[in-house]
Amino acid sequence: MPSEAAVIEAVPAAPPKSRRWETRRNIGDKVYKWILTVAAVSVLLIIAGTIYELTMGSRQSIAAFGLRFFSDSNWDPGRHLFGALPFILGTLYSSFWALVLALPIGLFTAIFLSEMAPRWLERPVSFMVELLAAIPSVVYGLWGLFVLQPFLVKYFEGPIANGPLAALPIFGGTANGYDMLSASVILAIMVLPYITAVSRDILRAIPRTVREASYALGATSWETIKGVVLPYARAGIIGAVMLGFGRALGETMAVTMVIGNAPIFKTDLFSSGYTLASVIANELAEASGLYRSALIEIGLCLFLITLVVNAAAKLLIYYTAQDLNATGGKK
Amino acid sequence: MAGVAASATIVAVTALVFVLLYILIGGIGSMNFSIFTQGPVPMGQEGGGLRNAIIGTLILISIACVIGLPIGILGGVYQLETNTTFSRTLRFFTDVMNSIPSIVMGIFAYLIVVLPAAEISPGHAFSAFAGGVALGFLMIPTVMRTTEEILRLVPVALRDASLALGASQWRTTLSVILPSARGGIITGILLALARIAGETAPLLFTAFGNLDFNVRLDRPIDALPLNIFNYATSPYENLHHLALAGAIILLAIILVLSIAARWALKGQLQD
Repeated sequence: MPSEAAVIEAVPAAPPKSRRWETRRNIGDKVYKWILTVAAVSVLLIIAGTIYELTMGSRQSIAAFGLRFFSDSNWDPGRHLFGALPFILGTLYSSFWALVLALPIGLFTAIFLSEMAPRWLERPVSFMVELLAAIPSVVYGLWGLFVLQPFLVKYFEGPIANGPLAALPIFGGTANGYDMLSASVILAIMVLPYITAVSRDILRAIPRTVREASYALGATSWETIKGVVLPYARAGIIGAVMLGFGRALGETMAVTMVIGNAPIFKTDLFSSGYTLASVIANELAEASGLYRSALIEIGLCLFLITLVVNAAAKLLIYYTAQDLNATGGKK
Repeated sequence: MAGVAASATIVAVTALVFVLLYILIGGIGSMNFSIFTQGPVPMGQEGGGLRNAIIGTLILISIACVIGLPIGILGGVYQLETNTTFSRTLRFFTDVMNSIPSIVMGIFAYLIVVLPAAEISPGHAFSAFAGGVALGFLMIPTVMRTTEEILRLVPVALRDASLALGASQWRTTLSVILPSARGGIITGILLALARIAGETAPLLFTAFGNLDFNVRLDRPIDALPLNIFNYATSPYENLHHLALAGAIILLAIILVLSIAARWALKGQLQD
């Protein structure tokens, strides 16, 4: 992939608009323009269509439950009780713990890659971390079932559940592996490449002069990273974390396979839970009527949450990159 | 603190190595020839293979290409040809589309293909076509962004030379710009394919899976990721092995696509 900066440099000054489509008015170019416009507009149509269709699909459920849908914690299709609260909380809670685990590892890896690693080490390690993003969710789920769960139960959940720490409100539940903890660890591994790659790019874009000024004042390299580089990159790093959060919220298969799929929410990491994406994955194919409508409303809810989180992340990263480009990057 | 940063990196790389090694060792141990020649057997029985799923995945990917590639590539050309507020807004929305969870795209395909199909012919709701639509939509943002980025690398002199010879806009794009950016566009396509090949969630209620062999687009179809999911979560040991074999086939497909993508781009940059 060409780097962002190289692409921007290679962009020629756009010719005046009139030369493009205005002066050469033959039929072929008109058709050409229309075909291109149709393709471009269809992206917007798909997004708008998704919002429209999901809203229409959830009409029945919205009419039946209104706002109670989001505050009710009973989910019992057999008795026509549909409350999305356990799923909303389960999604946020598992993603939160995923970030707690992934943020320090991702950020320190990014610091290592951009500030410390020699070039021969940096490229293969970057490649390997990014490779984590290429592994499909369902394969992570399989690994979670066969490797991670037994490992966590034996070396982490078991000892804690039988020890004094079990009294803490986050360590209750049965230590069988089908729980929030497994889901969060898997999610952490899955969002790690996003947090690392984006933070690394932001750190790299920080102007060399900023670091040199810090060294000139007598700061050590760690003081420079902590006191100058990280504060400089703060907005972009927050953007990277939110991007990871957005990914974690929408992750489906791996979570579905290890979280236990119980429509209850507890703060215990060893308790089974459920997420917005998982309940859709497990139940939509067989649902009909009000049940289906409720699941589609859950989809709408998931869509809107990820939309807001991702848009905010993109804007933060975009403006940080713009700021840094304006002052000149390190490369 | 350098030690902390280095250890974090080691943890990240170890995670990757653990996942890949397990799939590699477990998958190769579970491999045998009949996996490629046999269809599924009833749960609990010995034997069985992934033939239907492999063919199903290839069919689903083909449908996705038919839907996703024209929109993605032409959209990328549009981004090159215009520089308006609309095209900048569009670029932002392409990013937004890229971050829509795949399961939501699956629900969209379910609502616009599966439910209408069930109205028309009751009993035939799920279809390969619906799965292909979901995957095709998921491809668009990647193809569009990489196409645009690579087209911007084509020297403007080339375009000017073509226009100066009297070629029209569409002629210039079709015969000069697109061919000279071929490698990069192929890279985008392959990366998008690598992304959708392992998608499972949107297929659960579109392609649905099928125990019988099927190549009809209006019937449910099996797919490799669906089999991995079903077999890994089943209680049977032999199905776990099938799931592992499926995982390694899937990873091999993705790896080949990714390496081919890098290779295509390399050829491009050397031209």
